[in-house]
Amino acid sequence: MNASLRLSLPVLVRRESASPAIKLVAPAVALGLATLLNLGLYMLMGRDPGAVFHAMLLEPFLSWTSFSEVLLKMGPLLLIAQGLAIGFRAKVFNIGAEGQFILGAIFASAIPIWFPQATGQWIWPAMLILGALGGALWASITAFWRVRLNANEILVSLMLALVAAQLLNYLLLGPWKDPAGFNFPQSVMFQYDAMVPILIPGTRVNVSLLIAFAFSVAAWIFMQRSFAGYKLQVGGLAPRAAGYAGFSEGRAIWLSLLVGGFAAGLAGAAEVAGPLGQLQRSISTGYGYAAIIVAYLGGLHPIGIIFSALLMAALYIGGDNAMVSANLPIAAVRVFQGSLLLAYLVAIAFVRYRFEWRQAAQGNAP
Amino acid sequence: MTAPLLSLRGISKSYGQIHANQDIDLDVAPRSIHAILGENGAGKSTLMKLIYGLEQPDAGTVNWKGEPLALASPADARRKGIGMVFQHFSLFETLTVVENVRLVVPGRKSDLAQGISKLGRDFGLEVDPFAHVHALSVGERQRVEIIRCLMTQPQLLILDEPTSVLPPQSVEKLFETLRRLRDGGVSILFISHKLDEIRAVCDRATILRGGRITGNVDPRDHDAHDLARMMIGRDMLQPMPAVAHSGGEKRLEIVGLDHRPDDPFAAALSDVSLTVRAGEILGIAGISGNGQSELAALISGETMLPREKSQRIFMMGKDVGALDAAARRRLGFAFVPEERLGRGAVPEMSLVLNSLLTAHPSGLLRRGLVDTARAKAFTEECVRQYDVRTPGPEAEAGALSGGNLQKFIVGREIMLSPKLLFVAQPTWGVDVGAASAIRQRLVALRNEGMAILVISEELEELFELCDAIQVIHQGRLSAPLVTRDTRPEEIGRYMIGAHSTAEKIPA
Repeated sequence: MNASLRLSLPVLVRRESASPAIKLVAPAVALGLATLLNLGLYMLMGRDPGAVFHAMLLEPFLSWTSFSEVLLKMGPLLLIAQGLAIGFRAKVFNIGAEGQFILGAIFASAIPIWFPQATGQWIWPAMLILGALGGALWASITAFWRVRLNANEILVSLMLALVAAQLLNYLLLGPWKDPAGFNFPQSVMFQYDAMVPILIPGTRVNVSLLIAFAFSVAAWIFMQRSFAGYKLQVGGLAPRAAGYAGFSEGRAIWLSLLVGGFAAGLAGAAEVAGPLGQLQRSISTGYGYAAIIVAYLGGLHPIGIIFSALLMAALYIGGDNAMVSANLPIAAVRVFQGSLLLAYLVAIAFVRYRFEWRQAAQGNAP
Repeated sequence: MTAPLLSLRGISKSYGQIHANQDIDLDVAPRSIHAILGENGAGKSTLMKLIYGLEQPDAGTVNWKGEPLALASPADARRKGIGMVFQHFSLFETLTVVENVRLVVPGRKSDLAQGISKLGRDFGLEVDPFAHVHALSVGERQRVEIIRCLMTQPQLLILDEPTSVLPPQSVEKLFETLRRLRDGGVSILFISHKLDEIRAVCDRATILRGGRITGNVDPRDHDAHDLARMMIGRDMLQPMPAVAHSGGEKRLEIVGLDHRPDDPFAAALSDVSLTVRAGEILGIAGISGNGQSELAALISGETMLPREKSQRIFMMGKDVGALDAAARRRLGFAFVPEERLGRGAVPEMSLVLNSLLTAHPSGLLRRGLVDTARAKAFTEECVRQYDVRTPGPEAEAGALSGGNLQKFIVGREIMLSPKLLFVAQPTWGVDVGAASAIRQRLVALRNEGMAILVISEELEELFELCDAIQVIHQGRLSAPLVTRDTRPEEIGRYMIGAHSTAEKIPA
């Protein structure tokens, strides 16, 4: 009886070497799986799955207006995910990009809020730089405790994201509140020179998308070609080999978190200096968390992340569409994102493992 | 003699080509402490796995209290009354003692706690049933393991090298417990390679060598020297003290190094001193687990000494105790570690990228970027010179056989032309031809003036290579023995710590 039970259970067996084919196919399989799963869910909720599918996955690409909105959302996701992926390759898990994003927005806003009369084309670049430094500074708190006290960076960075949100609340309800803003928790509107120039006329897509692509190229060179990136990867894949070669773990942690914080801060700055034009409570719609999914879905590879950022941005826009046209709750998009990551993590396991349908061992029993 | 509790006849077990146990006969009497004695790899663990039902024998019979016994699993063994305490504990650190016991033994928590306290009083195994395991010392954890076994009321208790994890002061307490258990009616199988302990506590000793039984004696009737001869298989002689070597300059010097690692399972080092000079090969012999890996990490720089502990380790005349591995390598140090996968090489990376791991300072980088062409050329050179069998330099390190990967790592480190080369287990898993090629290479490098330190468990290898050998035993290093004046048997005595007990050997 036992034997027949064992007969039907496949066993995970490690492959001799990683399968590059499955690495490429896994994201597509994950997307398919997550789509099926969620359409089933929508059916259970009594929605028309066909309509949802159309609104969510096709409409974002069908008109130039909605596609330009996809590109707009893609910018911050791409930036943050590229930064995070570098750390994730080193197995330094910065989960608090959301907080670094907020700090970036706050730092960048300091210039137009303190100097509302200032003019000149130096303002928006200065804001972006200041924002990136703010994000890196926020991440450095996590790095410091991790290196000094071995405090888990997942917990510290995640909790600091909540602290960042409260800091934003404080500023918007107190010192930085717009005096003429009818008591709404938001800052003054920024002057024209504090806005990142528009890239494609007639849309809201701005130069920060170009910056995100440039950052992707830099990330590719860093991870695939530079020795510093190589050291990070060794630390992630085989920490004992890194110790053997004398690659400093502390330095890897600092570098990973600073790069991640820098990118997230830059994205936060570009958001207030771009589509928003002021500091608000709702500056981020979970970009910092969604970027974690983007990074993994892209296989932690700079090129893969470009595609996954596009997909995730489309899901944001598509989700908004579906909320309106198919009457879907707002949580549906989050569920889709989550199941997408889950499906991907399952699929990616088969890069290094395969199923083997074992016969019940008969020789074992004497 | 009373009828044996457990009786093995003609037990054999092979793994592929390796005969782990051959034709083993063993009788364990009731109420006795029975030692199983042997070197590493003699087949002790396999035999215990057979008795505890973890493995099934290929041939032979087992009788338990006069009845034939066939065990399908450890659970089966426990039901029959056979318990085992492994060398590395299997306790949940976040649970309390009684919760850990409850995972194996059914019953109410309060009853179990009472049982634990009672066993503690009866057998000297005091431990607070409600303490969390993470807060307990290693000795206390071992007591919990033993108690958990005793709660199932076994008649035979197997202890796998129980003293290897204990500080000396706890050992005597454990022995007292074992004696009380024996007097309470439990037989004990005691696995060890420490002769003094066996003579102190055991009624009977069965000695294994190469998977076969080479002796079955009362250890109290024999001195450590006799037992060692049965264990190693050769006679032993008084070792000859070394003549001070006055060769080239000192490339590595360790002076009175004491080190207690954080890991409770790791061996502590005390008063370790050694010197390796240019043009000399020094070997470190010893049974594994006596502090070799801790010493290796201290020399390589993977473990750094705190700054206040200076003037202990010198390389090329510099105090390197507080320098990291990369800084020591910059002084001209290279190292082949015992573990190839995950330490000497990254399994998921190609050979080219694995060359980069330690060879990056030899011109494989250009302005912070990897010079792919030169890294590839370096790898191809290494593959060719050291006869690494691989589909190509882009193959993953993890896909190579152990021997080929070892050839690659040894080759990579030698190609760095270091002043001081440190090799742990140079030929483990390497086929005979390649092993002798590696050894010849090492000797040639020595003749060219390189200073070489070798750690090995294979005595013959050390004798072939080394100018002098020092033996590590329980974290202490013997004085250097000049190889040409020393016989393997003498080293063997140091390896098992017998050199301090037998002063003179009658002719």
